[in-house]
This record gives sequence, structure tokens and C-alpha cells, in this order.
Amino acid sequence: MARLFSFNDLSTVGKYLGQAARQMVGVPDYATYVRHRRITHPGLPIMTELEFFRNRQDARYGAGRSGGCC
Amino acid sequence: MNLVYKHALWALITVIGVFSLGTVALSRGETLNALWIITAAVSIYLVAYRYYSLYIADKVMQIDPTRATPAVRRNDGLDFVPTNKYVLFGHHFAAIAGAGPLVGPVLAAQMGYLPGTLWIIVGVVLAGAVQDFMVLFVSTRRDGRSLGDLVKSELGMVPGMIALIGTFVIMVIILAVLALIVVKALAASPWGTFTVAATIVIAMFMGVYSRYLRPGRVGEVSVIGLVLLIASIVAGGQVAEHAVLGPMFTFDAKQLTWMLIIYGFIASVLPVWLLLAPRDYLSTFLKIGTIVGLALAMVFVAPDLRMPAVTQFVDGTGPAWSGSLFPFIFITIACGAVSGFHALISSGTTPKLLDNEKNARMIGYGGMLMESFVAIMAMVTASVIDPGVYFAMNSPAAVIGSDVQSAALVISQWGFMITPDVLLQTAKDVGETTILSRAGGAPTLAVGMAQIFSQVLGGPGMMAFWYHFAILFEALFILTACDAGTRAGRFMLQDLLGSFVPAMKKTDSWVASLIATFLCVAAWGYILYQGVVDPLGGINSLWPLFGISNQMLAGVALMLCTVVLFKMKRQQFAWVTILPASWLIICTLTAGWQKVFDANPKIGFLALANKFQAAIDQGVVLAPAKSMEQMHQIVFNNQLDAALAVFFIFVVVSMMYYTVVACLKALKQDKVTSCETPYQAMPAHG
Repeated sequence: MARLFSFNDLSTVGKYLGQAARQMVGVPDYATYVRHRRITHPGLPIMTELEFFRNRQDARYGAGRSGGCC
Repeated sequence: MNLVYKHALWALITVIGVFSLGTVALSRGETLNALWIITAAVSIYLVAYRYYSLYIADKVMQIDPTRATPAVRRNDGLDFVPTNKYVLFGHHFAAIAGAGPLVGPVLAAQMGYLPGTLWIIVGVVLAGAVQDFMVLFVSTRRDGRSLGDLVKSELGMVPGMIALIGTFVIMVIILAVLALIVVKALAASPWGTFTVAATIVIAMFMGVYSRYLRPGRVGEVSVIGLVLLIASIVAGGQVAEHAVLGPMFTFDAKQLTWMLIIYGFIASVLPVWLLLAPRDYLSTFLKIGTIVGLALAMVFVAPDLRMPAVTQFVDGTGPAWSGSLFPFIFITIACGAVSGFHALISSGTTPKLLDNEKNARMIGYGGMLMESFVAIMAMVTASVIDPGVYFAMNSPAAVIGSDVQSAALVISQWGFMITPDVLLQTAKDVGETTILSRAGGAPTLAVGMAQIFSQVLGGPGMMAFWYHFAILFEALFILTACDAGTRAGRFMLQDLLGSFVPAMKKTDSWVASLIATFLCVAAWGYILYQGVVDPLGGINSLWPLFGISNQMLAGVALMLCTVVLFKMKRQQFAWVTILPASWLIICTLTAGWQKVFDANPKIGFLALANKFQAAIDQGVVLAPAKSMEQMHQIVFNNQLDAALAVFFIFVVVSMMYYTVVACLKALKQDKVTSCETPYQAMPAHG
């Protein structure tokens, strides 16, 4: 009989919950960003985690956002 | 055989849903358990999702999983990121859920729980979820562009401009009405005012913490913030009873209005990391946590509804807001059934994060079903409290008087038996001095939530804590929406004014930003102020304006989707959007017309203005005005409200015209004319 869950599954769930919580407040996954830069733009500069965080914070509340919902 | 097997479970769910709904609809006299409503709603959502949203995905939109989405094509790891569908669902839901689905149903409960519940369920399935899903699809096929842009490219320059100005006016009204809810909740409540003021300090501490001490640790700082928040609620109880501090945090509605206006201005020019971002973390996590907690508590407690299914106020004479069932229930419950504001979210960040078109169904349609469930919970929460208490909280002082004796007398005469003692005791239970005339939804919801939560955790002794927890939960995300909205409004205004005065367009210019922010705050501040001094309590005039404008925007979004379907040569399926769009047009035009021209001064803005004008001509001062100057003010305010309603009617009618023209033009063409981004295949593995 297959196991219902493993610790691996649990840590995946945890990872996604963390990602979901950060995405809710407009901070996308940093690791995904780094991987994307490495693969698609090799050799080009990559923001540090701190720069990335500040960049996203400014973007979320900057021009072009439609505000919260009713 | 296979076919039978495949659909058997769904047939069963349908039967459960229909049976529960029947029980809800036909129950008269005997008390109804809240679980009937919840079961009915959830079963119908499931069936609608399984069949109707699949029909829309497969037949109407013809979703193509092989087509690369903007997130895939333009992946930059920042704005465009293919995101796991569950993560994106959370993001989208957090963005669309707000005060709307909580407040609307509470106000609608004055007609009984049945009319509102039916509209929430039917509305979401046929209108709200369809709109969110379709707009998400349309925007995804067009690089994730915004609603205003989409209207411009599919319908033309002029309708695009009308939609843009309309969106700005809606924004102003939403901000004013949201702020009014906070004012109504905090007036004469030192406990509430202290905790809300404390959130500003807590958020600033969090801001400094996540900027300098431990940058980027969102989870960590939020946990610290939540602990401080709970501490401030506990401390608030002490503050309220303190001989010096208590009166220091006691303000009347006008004082709070000025404080909110000044605060709104300062908050939206401060750097975002200091106040806005950290409070956004707090409010988002608290919002999601409380919604999940309320759902669990409701199933656990399984409360009985005490509000009748239908009250006598379906005839339009209700105390919280005036106007008959049609059209007013359909604009009072906006979010939760259908909300135009979601069209802005569905054409905002979400399409830029969608990893595959096929997931638009779960996120667009499914996300809105979830929001509708929040509205159902709000309706239940408002209906579990004593109807007498409900009406005491939601009727203006002009109707029930300003002390518990007169309030209990008037409300008992309506047939909702209540004694002055119960009203006093309820106020005492929740740690307030009075609960009378607190229309606006938030306090009523807080009383209901306090009753439900205290049955799970803490017992009656915890009622006051839970009440202020609920007030804080709403005030927190309302204030966040106010800051974020003022900021967004400022950029919109700079963009709009920039078309005439190029210097206004510079978003990095201090002068231009300050002018735009000032104009924006002044606009919603003025409407808020007139709501606070309104003779009928403010909610009566502002909430219908908000409802009309929000449903109008939904109508515009659905008309856009209709045009897109015609241009895609799929007009045989266009009934999917024409049906809800027509209903929204009928409701907003009827409601708009009545709000302007109805002869009853409780409904018609002009009638109320004329009533006060007539009194001025005779030299009489009518309550609540205390001077001739205030009389003139009320006349002007109501004329202004009438002008706003006329503006919304103009937007709807002109958009209808442009929609029909665009559809007829598309019909004459024999090829597809929609402006989609050209097809590009998904990369082999992504």
C-alpha cells in the first residue's frame, strides 16, 4: 500500500504555503528569479536578495497598481 | 455506463444543493440552522464549477493549454513569473477579498437573509465568477494588459477614456465609503480607536525592522506584528476604562473624519516600506486567517439564524438603507455576487503570473466562488445576532432616537421584540458604551463574529476581545486599501491630468505628486465628510452610490467580454456575458434613476435636496443641520450625489452604445478581428 504522505510531501506543502504567503503581499520567489536570470541571461548581473525584496516592494505600491479591493 | 458513473456523484451533489436551498427558501417560522445555507451554497458552487465553468472554458473561450501565456513568453522573474496555480490562487483571492463581501450582505440582511443569499449564490455563478474568469482570459491573451487598455484597444479611444475616468470616480467613492465604515466603527469607541492607532505604530516598527534590522524576513516580522496586535487589543480594554486615557481616545465622527483625512494624506506620501507595506502584510495575513477561522468556527458552532427569512422592509422602507428589493438588493450586495473591481485585479497582476491558460478557470472562476462564500458567511453572521440588536445598530438616530429606551420601543413596534436592557447588556458584553446607530456593517459583523468566536474560544468573557479583534481586522485592511487606493488614485490622476498639463505626469516630481495626492485625498475626504454629516446616516446615500458604480464597472467589463466574443466570431456563445451584463445594466440604470429622481427624500437625492431647500426658503432649520449654512451644505451635497449618479448613468449608456456598434461591426466581418497577441507555443518543457 502506498504511503499517504511522506516528509518530502510535507516539506513541499510547506514550501508552497510560504511562497503563497509571500506572493499574497507581492514578493515573488527569489530562487525562481535567480534561476531565471542564470538560464536566460547568463553573465548579466543578478540582484541580491535584499535588492530583489526592495525592488518588489516599490513595484507593488508604485505607479500602475490598482489598489486594494473593495 | 461510464457516463452514468462519471456524473453520478455530481447528480448527488446537485440533489443535496437543491434540497438545502429548498429548505432555506421554504423555511418560515421555525429557526433555520446556518449549515443549511452553507451546504446549499457550497454544493451549488461545486456543480457550477464542474459544469458551467468547464463549458465556458471549453466551448466559449476555447482555452488552449498549448498557448504560451504572458508569464511564460515574457518571464523576467519579477513582474512576469509563471506561478504555481495554488500559490496564484492565494494571491488572487487575497487581492479580491476585502470589505465589500463582508459589508454588503450585512446591510442587505435588513430585508431578511433569503433575498441576499439567493442573489449571492445565483449572482456569483452567472455573473461574478463569469466576469472574473472572462476578464482574466481576455487580459492573458493580450499580454496581461489593464481593463482601461483593453477597452481602448477593443472598443476605441473614446470609450477607453470614459472607462478610465469612470474607474477614477469609482475609486474615490470606494475610498470614501470604506473610510466611512471605519468612522462609524470607531466613533465614541476608545478601545477601537486605541487599537487602530496602535497598528500605525506597530506597522512603523515592522517597517524599520524589515528595512534595516532583518531585511526581507516577511514571515518573521509579520508574526512579531501579529503578537503586538493582539497585545494592543488586550491593552485597549484597559485604555478604554482608564480615567485619563479613555477620554483621550474618545472621538466623535467629525473628529475621526478629519484625522482619517490628514492621516490618509501623510500615509500616502511616506515611503512605502515604512507604513504601507508592513501594514499590508499584517492586514493580508490577518484577513486570510480570520476568514479561514470564521469558516471553521461556523461549521463547528453551527449557529441558528435568528433573523427572519424575509422582513417587511422588502417594500423599501428599511432603516439602514431605503429602496425596494429590486433594484437595491442587487447593488447593495456588490462584491460577493459580482464586483466590477475584480475586473481590475483580473487584468492586473494575476494574468502576468498565470503559468497556463487552463488554470484561469480555477483562479478566475474558482477564486470568485471563494469570495462569494465569504459573503455567505457575512450574511450568516449578521443573521445569527438578535434582529432587535441588528436594527438598533443599523438604524440612524433620526429613526430610533439616541437612547436605548426609545430605540427598543421603536424596534419592538416593528415586530422585533427587544428590551432596553438587552441593548445595554450587548454593548457592555462587547466592551462599548453604546451600540446604537452604528450602520456600516463592520460593527454588526463584529458583534456576530464575537458571538461565534466566543463559543469556540473563551466563552462570554471573551466577547469584548473578539468584538475588537473583528473591528481591528476590518479597520486594518480598510486603512490599507485607503492608503494603497490613494496612492493608485494619485498615479491615475497624474496620468489623466498629464494629458492636459504635461508637467503633472512626472511621478518623481515632489510638487506634482503632492498636488495629485492632495486632490485625491480632498475628493474622497469631501465625500466622506458629507457622508458623516448626512441627515440619513451616510450609508444610506454612499453605499448605493458605491454599489451602482461597482456594478456599473462590472457591466462595462462584461460588455468588453461580449465585444471580444463577437470579434472572435463566437457570437453564438455571447449570451454567457450578455445575460449578466443586461441584468447589471437594468439594475444600475433603475437604481441610478431612482437615486436621482425618486420623489421619496429617503431615496431620491434631488427630493432630499428640495426638501431642505424648501425649508431654507421658509427660514426653518431641519435636523441634523444646526445652522442655515449647514442646510445649504446638505442641499449642495445631495445635488452633488445626484450628479455622480447621473455620471454613472452616462457611463453605462455610452458604453452600451459603443458595445452595440462594435458588435455590429464585428458581425459584418467574415474573419476574426479581436486584438489578441499572436499565438506562440508553450516551450516543450517549462
